[in-house]
Amino acid sequence: MTSPDARARTGAAVVVEDLRLAYGATQALDGLAFEVPAGSVTAVLGPNGAGKTSTVEICEGYRRPDSGRVEVLGLDPARDAARLRERVGVMLQSGGIYASGRALPVLRHLASFYAHPLDVDALAERLGLTTVRATYRRMSGGEKQRLALACAVVGRPELVFLDEPSAGMDPQARLVAWELVEQLRSDGASVVLTTHLLDEAERLADHVVLVDRGRAVLAGSPAELTGGGEALRFRAGPGLPIGELLPSLPEGSQALEESPGSYVVEAPVGAELLAAVSAWCAQHGVAPADLTTRRRSLEDVFLEVTGRGMRP
Amino acid sequence: MSTTTREPGALAPRPGAAPRGRIVLRQALFELRSTLRNGEQLLLTLAIPLVLLVGMSKLPASLVGSDRPVDVVAPGVLALAVVSTAFTGQAIAVGFERRYGVLRLLGATPLGRTGLLVAKTLGVLLVEAVQVVLIAAVALLLGWQPQGSWAVAVLVLVIGTATFSALGLLLGGTLRAEGTLAVANGLYLVMLVAGGLVVPADRYPAAWQSVVALLPSGALGDALRSVLAEGAGLPWAQIAVLAVWGAGAGLLAARTFRWD
Ligand SMILES: Nc1ncnc2c1ncn2[C@@H]1O[C@H](COP(=O)(O)OP(=O)(O)O)[C@@H](O)[C@H]1O
Ligand SMILES: [Mg+2]
Repeated sequence: MTSPDARARTGAAVVVEDLRLAYGATQALDGLAFEVPAGSVTAVLGPNGAGKTSTVEICEGYRRPDSGRVEVLGLDPARDAARLRERVGVMLQSGGIYASGRALPVLRHLASFYAHPLDVDALAERLGLTTVRATYRRMSGGEKQRLALACAVVGRPELVFLDEPSAGMDPQARLVAWELVEQLRSDGASVVLTTHLLDEAERLADHVVLVDRGRAVLAGSPAELTGGGEALRFRAGPGLPIGELLPSLPEGSQALEESPGSYVVEAPVGAELLAAVSAWCAQHGVAPADLTTRRRSLEDVFLEVTGRGMRP
Repeated sequence: MSTTTREPGALAPRPGAAPRGRIVLRQALFELRSTLRNGEQLLLTLAIPLVLLVGMSKLPASLVGSDRPVDVVAPGVLALAVVSTAFTGQAIAVGFERRYGVLRLLGATPLGRTGLLVAKTLGVLLVEAVQVVLIAAVALLLGWQPQGSWAVAVLVLVIGTATFSALGLLLGGTLRAEGTLAVANGLYLVMLVAGGLVVPADRYPAAWQSVVALLPSGALGDALRSVLAEGAGLPWAQIAVLAVWGAGAGLLAARTFRWD
């Protein structure tokens, strides 16, 4: 059950089935199910309170669900915690580090728990921790996050859980963190990260699990989730017969006047669509203004599936 | 060893834990260093005990109940040292480590929860070793003439450590960090003044003496005084009191301890 073959066969680093967890009257997880393909970066994406942290805490063996099944690297995280500890790296949503600890000593200390740790100086250099002199208590939010990220990966884990890794990071630090995650994947590790940042999920993840109110509402690659929602918009005089475009567009396309003078054509965006629209405009003697093409974002998908926006 | 993590494969998984004993030892030494670097901890574990040792050994013999005050005071200060480290210091550290998620994260590393508890115990014993050496050295300079067997005294110190560790973990593992801080410091003072730690039980009003004898602080203080000041053998009655408190606190801590 624990052999690499078994994992290769199922192809999943983490399997979560029908997870339920209540804190008193709050049903935090309500039948959550998803899989993390081995060797992938999987983003568990959802608004605050969706149940992301509870989920990773269960996967880390820290919390037990009320019911449901969890398998991590082919093992049960609660029962086989001792065997998973050396194979799994963890970054908590916040904290985890001695308030009076300094970056390099703390990182060196954690590295000493492992048989084949990463080179501490190189890792610290890469994450910009070499010049951080403050104790953890006095570090900036971004410094704390970078140190916690370093601690999660220093033991060369097969699987890394990162709970909102880029929260509090400035854009530069975020880029450094993202590059690290991308390299972890290309070097063969599996990464599970939770985020409420759509751009982070779109940029980093091979696999996105959209979570709302303790349930996975959709899962797939960002392209799969956002595909089919492309549209071209422009403004022109009101009342033009935009429906005439339809015959020249692929089946399933839509063309309508959303509001007077504001047109939207929902179809795969490409040279053909642009040519068709230009020809139609020329035919009617109008010049399109404010022409934009846009792919659907994960936020649109979330809105469509849940009827609510990601941001309160 | 590579000096960059950027070349392909540099982050390739290679999981494995260091040898268990080494991990626990590293953690114990880390805890020792943290204590010795923490000003408040040093105040509790070294400064106050040493000041009391010097100050009280100069008190008039009539007040201490012995014509060689240092012989009575030194064992009590050793008892105070145990309480300051195993109970007060440990409870406060655990309270804040819970609050900051340190216990959670360390529990998820190869150290694990059991390893962490073993390391904490080892760390407490290491700090106590430093305390005992310093306190004994100063006491000897003040003319201390310890009686009894060192082996028995060390055994009593270890039993006292177990009892007060259990109490410290019970406190630090259940209350919020601020609550732990207040209660742990408060009880340190109460035990010091009224709990028979440094003041022999028979120096209190008669009604209070029987209470003090049943407190873990009174039991530890009197046990060390009976061995080191009077040269007695194993102080069974006091050991029984310590064992009951230790077992009770230990069982309760095992059920109520929260890791966050
Ligand atoms: N320890 C707890 N006690 C009570 N309620 C909690 C606790 N932890 C989380 N919750 C609640 O459970 C729900 C899910 O929380 P969480 O898993 O932290 O979500 P997320 O990480 O997606 O923000 C939220 O409504 C939150 O308020
Ligand atoms: Mg969260």
